[in-house]
Amino acid sequence: MSKLKFYIPVIAFMALAILMWRGLYLDPKELPSMLIDKPMPAFELTSVDGAQISNDELPDKIFLLNVWGSYCLPCLIEHPTLMRLSEEGEIPVVGVNYRDRQNLAQEWLLDNGNPFEFSILDENGRFGIDLGVYGAPETYLVDANGVIRFRHVSVLDENVWREEFEPAIAELRSEGAAQ
Amino acid sequence: MKTAFARQSIFLSIFFAVFAAILLVSYSPTTVYAQVDTFAFETDEQQRRFRRLSDELRCPMCQNTNLTGSSGGTAEDLRREIHRMIVGGMTDQEIEQFMFERYGDFIFYKPRLRAETVFLWFGPLLFLLIGAMVAFGIWRKARTVDTVEHELDEQQQERLKKLLEK
Repeated sequence: MSKLKFYIPVIAFMALAILMWRGLYLDPKELPSMLIDKPMPAFELTSVDGAQISNDELPDKIFLLNVWGSYCLPCLIEHPTLMRLSEEGEIPVVGVNYRDRQNLAQEWLLDNGNPFEFSILDENGRFGIDLGVYGAPETYLVDANGVIRFRHVSVLDENVWREEFEPAIAELRSEGAAQ
Repeated sequence: MKTAFARQSIFLSIFFAVFAAILLVSYSPTTVYAQVDTFAFETDEQQRRFRRLSDELRCPMCQNTNLTGSSGGTAEDLRREIHRMIVGGMTDQEIEQFMFERYGDFIFYKPRLRAETVFLWFGPLLFLLIGAMVAFGIWRKARTVDTVEHELDEQQQERLKKLLEK
């Protein structure tokens, strides 16, 4: 008994050390979104192409909402993945052009290709605040009812697509089939 | 000898003065690096509330500065929103709720007291209590040890004598 008592501080120290060691490798940018399981914020804005758009224009099936900007270098890294997804018809992608200028955004899409059904023009970042955006790139998974179900902060490459989005989408689909 | 000691103490006091100065400089409030916004307010009270809110809310993008101290785009947008809401007549509670609904507890440097944040608020107190209990236990044990008789019995006396004679 007294031996056990002797080891308690050692065990407590080890537990604390392991906890803090793990803490060193946590990504502080991985923050939970407050909008998970909440409907997409209402908007009535123009698109990058200049069309009037609102929530009614959103796809009525599961889609990706990708926050991007012409100034955003990591957006170029994830761009081929978004292009592939939309070209192969795997999932519709809607863009949020966050804190950018309309002409720069249009140029960027001409230069790099346009994977988006349309891009919500958010020049002053007001819609981004309603979404709780930290900065481009960010990608939200929205279900057929327009409810946000998942968020990924930073680059969405093929690995992230396979490991995070595909399982999340499969879950949403099985949920939809059950109803 | 005495002069060497005097010189040493002068060196020491200079060292501590420099050390204190460095501490002071590195601990100066973040408002030193404040961004210059040209927001107009109707009253000084509104301006004070703006200051307080942007000092106490964290910049979501840069993570380790408040809204006042950040030049990041999102922080700029959030300061503009706070200004709009204050001039629009919203209370501090309503503005904080607005931020919470979008950015969660992370946005507050002083998180709200909720089920998720109870440990954050009272964890240190819990550890202090555990420490106090352990310290009390040790103190009580030490007191009982003191009152026990320390007389050696005959056998021990014999051993002690042998050891001393060696």
